[in-house]
Amino acid sequence: MSYAARRKIVSRMAEVFCAVAVLLALVPLAMILFYVVKEGIGSLNLAFFTHTPKPVGELGGGMANAIVGTLILIGLASLFAVPIGCVAGVHLSEYPESRFSSAVRFAADVLNGVPSIVIGIFAYGLVVLPVKRFSAIAGGAALGLLMLPIVVRTTEELLRLVPPGMREGALALGATRSRAVFSVILPAALPGILTGILVALARVAGETAPLLFTAFNNQYWSTNVAQPIASLTVQVYTYAISPYDDWHRQAWAGAFLLVMIILTLSIVARLAVRRLEKMNRP
Amino acid sequence: MARSSDDRSFRLGTGAFAGFILLTVVALAFELSRQSALSIAKFGMRFWTGTTWNPVSGDFGALPFIWGTLYSSILALAIATPIALGIAIFISELSPPILRQPLVYLTELLAAIPSIVYGLWGIFVLVPIVRKAEVALPAALKKLPLFQGPPLGVGMATAGLILAVMVIPFTSSVAREILKNVPMAQREAAYALGATRWEAIKAAISFGKTGIIGAVMLGFGRALGETMAVTMVIGNSPKISASLFAPQYTMAAVIANEFTEAADELYLHALIEIGLLLFIITIVVNMLSRLLIWSMKKRSTRAIVVPATLEEAPAQ
Repeated sequence: MSYAARRKIVSRMAEVFCAVAVLLALVPLAMILFYVVKEGIGSLNLAFFTHTPKPVGELGGGMANAIVGTLILIGLASLFAVPIGCVAGVHLSEYPESRFSSAVRFAADVLNGVPSIVIGIFAYGLVVLPVKRFSAIAGGAALGLLMLPIVVRTTEELLRLVPPGMREGALALGATRSRAVFSVILPAALPGILTGILVALARVAGETAPLLFTAFNNQYWSTNVAQPIASLTVQVYTYAISPYDDWHRQAWAGAFLLVMIILTLSIVARLAVRRLEKMNRP
Repeated sequence: MARSSDDRSFRLGTGAFAGFILLTVVALAFELSRQSALSIAKFGMRFWTGTTWNPVSGDFGALPFIWGTLYSSILALAIATPIALGIAIFISELSPPILRQPLVYLTELLAAIPSIVYGLWGIFVLVPIVRKAEVALPAALKKLPLFQGPPLGVGMATAGLILAVMVIPFTSSVAREILKNVPMAQREAAYALGATRWEAIKAAISFGKTGIIGAVMLGFGRALGETMAVTMVIGNSPKISASLFAPQYTMAAVIANEFTEAADELYLHALIEIGLLLFIITIVVNMLSRLLIWSMKKRSTRAIVVPATLEEAPAQ
């Protein structure tokens, strides 16, 4: 075989390998979605949404308390992460060159890379240990810390996309910097920032590890933020590692609901981003 | 005058919020070391080399967890890296334009699936498949240390596989962005010299080498800290073994499993010390990865835009 022919064959083979790699990644994706839908849909029923868990040995029951618990937890997380993250993002975009801003950006990146279980330990030491009780607040704090870097960086990036003419116009009219930011630049970037928050929410809604020893779990109905609270993810975990078939069934139902929530959030965010890009195109 | 003081208070006011993030990271390091003080004082370096983990007698050595974490993460990288790079090359260099966006979306979907769902799928679908594969393995191979032990399904092989799937979207999306930012001239120059398509792609890869190594390291950082899915399939047995079949344990998994059971303070401090090490390792790996991607960014003229949805995700 000639040298040129061999090179051509090598090239072909490498191209085929790349296509196979794509298929190799799509197989587990398809399998996971297939099983979550197949096992999950069959297990969903009205009781799943309206009942609390039954004691061991009794069939039935649902995850009503866990669904509400997850909503409370991500609500607490946003309450904490969104104001701090947005204002911090404003600072970074207003003073992009300062040494302080680079340090903060670096810290946000570090925080973003910290495993969520370690964030859980931190929230445990800060919130659980002093009062010696697991609580929804501790869980919300852990999730909030996970959201924070995402909100900061998206806010910064989106504020920078606001055309400089708008800022200059406001400043030329005699507005102070805070006035220019809060009445002109921030409103212009608002849809984008909300999208960033949605993306951050989709991230933390699926978190389990940092909740295990902060929010803990709760078999009963509870909306008290000072008490342990159930969440979809921890409930799915508890049921998945249990030996009971009926609990496995419910774990799949919980996983299905979780995937649906996260997909909805990401799709809404994606559509919003697409609209924003269209709007910003000159 | 009023104006400049207003601007100054704006700067300080928003700066306080930004400073909160700096403070958090410092407080995180401080808290982790403070909460593990007992264990650090009692065991010193012995903690990192000891192989017994016995909460009853109060003897703690973390080596089996460090071993399990490194083994599973490196195994995951070995599986994920060629696939992730293949995907990145396919999407950026080979794919027909109409397929490009859907493929990007599908690979990102892999990153959006929560760890707990991977774990659930792992327990009920992947473990039985791996068990069957382990049973079917030729007897001659089973003599090797790599394949020793009973075919349980639960163990290092399953953990490595599931981690690999979870790491692929991160590595491939950064590698894709790196390739996108390699100047077209690199490939054109190769074609002009009579290169085949693959040879031109190799020229592009070698230009983006540092960035691609950064992408792989980013995946490594993810794998090290991954908790739930691994905890559910690795078998949770603190024994050092070279075998892919053997149930083992990771640092993140032992924290997840035993934290709420840690009755006495020394036990809790020992677990938090493992968390402290995990914190330090992931920070070092992530910083290296960022440095590499950043230095690549400086080399190419266009800025690298890492998609926010993937890059900003917290490690699970």
